[in-house]
Amino acid sequence: MEFVLIVISAVFVNNIVLAQFLGICPFLGVSNKVGTSLGMGGAVIFVMALANLVTFYIQKYVLVAMGIEFMQTITFIFVIAFLVQVVEIILKKVAPPLYQALGIYLPLITTNCAVLGTAILAVQKDYNMVTSVVYASSIAVGFTFALVIFAGIREQMEITGYPSAMKGFPISLVTAGLLALAFMGFAGLA
Amino acid sequence: MSQLKHFTNGILKENPTFVLVLGTCPALAVTTSAINGIGMGVATTFVLFFSNFLIALLKNVIPDKVRIAAFIVVIASFVTIVDLVMKAFVPGLYASLGIFIPLIVVNCIILGRAEAFAQKNTVPSAMLDGLGMGLGFTIAITLMGSIREILGNGSIFNYKFLGEDAQTILIFILPPGAFITYGYLIAIFNRLKSKYNF
Repeated sequence: MEFVLIVISAVFVNNIVLAQFLGICPFLGVSNKVGTSLGMGGAVIFVMALANLVTFYIQKYVLVAMGIEFMQTITFIFVIAFLVQVVEIILKKVAPPLYQALGIYLPLITTNCAVLGTAILAVQKDYNMVTSVVYASSIAVGFTFALVIFAGIREQMEITGYPSAMKGFPISLVTAGLLALAFMGFAGLA
Repeated sequence: MSQLKHFTNGILKENPTFVLVLGTCPALAVTTSAINGIGMGVATTFVLFFSNFLIALLKNVIPDKVRIAAFIVVIASFVTIVDLVMKAFVPGLYASLGIFIPLIVVNCIILGRAEAFAQKNTVPSAMLDGLGMGLGFTIAITLMGSIREILGNGSIFNYKFLGEDAQTILIFILPPGAFITYGYLIAIFNRLKSKYNF
């Protein structure tokens, strides 16, 4: 039951992009096509689940055991950078078209604040290993969800018109704001 | 004179928040008040200045293949310093900024400037660039924080200037308001930029 609450909270109520402001850069950068968004989302789900799994053990058996919690930022970002490199290598072998489509945004998952942020948050919330991985996966699903919806809206906006001063980031940001407003309707669900 | 240009570049022409649109996560998340904006801006400027300095200093020593990893180690070290110092000396601000202090390490501005500038320029230029970009970022998010605080909370720098039962536009303190404020500020900045040519 606790898992259901975590999933609903992560995907809808406290959506990582629209409510917690993590993962904005790829959100604005990748989301102009629904297909690429789905691919990016999939990669992020994989990286985040794995990152939370590894950082859980590192926090418990290295940082706390040796009393060097202040090294959390450095070790966590290192783990994430390493994992992203691994995902890059795997994708290049297993799904080259997706690798090409994601382009520069794949290594940029390293700097996606959602990945590091979720790892740190899971530690702060004192989740055990399974809960931490479920939490990270649902956060990433929420990220994908927001990304795909946003991509759909943006694809439509290419056809519709808007003031020229708003071209590019301004109109995307205002749209994201309206999307965030819609998601606020989920408050009270969990 | 061209050295000064590296400094002013980050404030107007290539303002990281309004022109380069980097560091969007903290720009949206911590700008619920002007004080938070300044606090985050100063912390980021500190990290930006020192990491630019160190990376420019070490640019000929770091092998190209591991340069991103090396940059991250440098940046993460300074972020850890900022984190511990803030925790000790400004606990209130530290609590407000929360998770976004360790997240300075993935602030695209810092890694972006290291990659695009510090590793290709002299140490003095890199230091000025770091200061300029940091100042530009600080001004931008303080502006955003002030607007959101005035409209959404009826106060500025925690000084409430509205009456007790005055209505405020609450949405500006909430997530949607962040996106909308940011979007319109970029639009206004772009308009001013094309009109006054800077």
